[in-house]
Amino acid sequence: MIRVMLPAHLRNLAGTGSEVTVEIQGPATIAAVLDALEAQYPMLCGTIRDQVTHERRAFVRFFACEEDWSHESTDKALPDVVAQGKEPLLIIGAIAGG
Amino acid sequence: MSGVRVLVGTRKGAFVLEADGKREKWDISGPFFGGWEIYHMKGSPVDPNRIYASQSTGWHGQVVQRSNDGGKTWEPMNNKFVYDGVPGTHQWYDGTPHPWEFKRVWHFEPSLTDADTVYAGVEDAALFRTTDGGTTWLELSGLRGHGSGPRWQPGAGGLGLHTIILDPSDPKRIYIAISAAGAFRTDDGGESWKPINKGLSSPYLPDPTAEVGHCVHHVAMHPARPGVLFMQKHWDVMRSDDAGDNWREVSGNLPTDFGFTLDVHAHEPETVYVVPIKSDSEHYPPEGKLRVYRSRSGGDEWEPLSKGLPQSDCYVDVLRDAMAVDSLDSCGIYFGTTGGQVYASADSGDSWTALAHDLPAVLSIEVQTLK
Repeated sequence: MIRVMLPAHLRNLAGTGSEVTVEIQGPATIAAVLDALEAQYPMLCGTIRDQVTHERRAFVRFFACEEDWSHESTDKALPDVVAQGKEPLLIIGAIAGG
Repeated sequence: MSGVRVLVGTRKGAFVLEADGKREKWDISGPFFGGWEIYHMKGSPVDPNRIYASQSTGWHGQVVQRSNDGGKTWEPMNNKFVYDGVPGTHQWYDGTPHPWEFKRVWHFEPSLTDADTVYAGVEDAALFRTTDGGTTWLELSGLRGHGSGPRWQPGAGGLGLHTIILDPSDPKRIYIAISAAGAFRTDDGGESWKPINKGLSSPYLPDPTAEVGHCVHHVAMHPARPGVLFMQKHWDVMRSDDAGDNWREVSGNLPTDFGFTLDVHAHEPETVYVVPIKSDSEHYPPEGKLRVYRSRSGGDEWEPLSKGLPQSDCYVDVLRDAMAVDSLDSCGIYFGTTGGQVYASADSGDSWTALAHDLPAVLSIEVQTLK
């Protein structure tokens, strides 16, 4: 089980609390987490990454264990504590006014 | 008993205003999708309880919402808008080539005959259509394939396809307009398109009378007169009597012919409404007085309508999709402002009242007349 923190806009869209959990098969990567998240909440498709290219949307960032994972490969293994559900993967809306 | 439902898209969510046919007491519900930009909402003429909403943010892109119960509850639909083939480039603001990129839906136009068929005008400009209620979207790529796409350029708000008019007398005829490319028409259901900008003149173009490149802000048509079109261009209010083949200016005695929105009276095809805005650099009413102008002669001669509207220190804007009419007798006129007011007139514009004072900036208004 992996814990995922969602930004407010996406909580409202998906009708969830601030944190959701997903189950993944295989290595715990951002790509695997997003695949599971979008399967569980189809309305989130396209809101975090492009639906065709899977490129991260420009104003979305990924944090884990107080590190910025936004520019890491989405196939890189997440820290063990995230994979074990002890720490969440944070999906953050960039500070861009509004 | 008849009633009216006003669909208000704002910078921070959607609102639904409802009244009975007297149009005196209004109930406001919302915000729906709080915090998201709602560029447009529109109901199906076939099934008024079926409403489509365009929801977006710069952070998370486009979401399509659908209601089957008149806006009480909503369901996210498919938001996958993929251009047909290799999209190529359009002009950037400085004239350099810029890749075509999907950003958002500016306008939904539900079919006149099928509640599951909806046209979507998007930025960067293209026309999409669903025939399954929003489950899938396919581009009508003949529009971009017309060949002039590389010469289209964004207006200040982006390269948006903002106007879609379905001809009730000819199901294969559709009009669309793009800022800043101009107006286009198909006569074969969207397979092929032609620019219809003859008569427009835009001094910001190297060739002011070019085939494309005009910043058309909005176009309106009365359903009983499908060959007659009215246009609010960046500057100039225009009219065509031959389905857009030729345009002539009808700005007449307007205090300024810059503006964004316009609409046509529900029962009088020659009665037209505009909201003059001071200039392209000063997006507020001239003299700080919010006035709707009405022509009962299809243009050229205009009268100010100000009863009930602020006549001092008013510096709001009225955006292109932020005016609509109901079809009650007498015709109701509605518009929203960037200051968050929604104004309505139940007497064809003679007098106005504010239905709401303090909403977020209004991006769009649509009206449903309920039987």
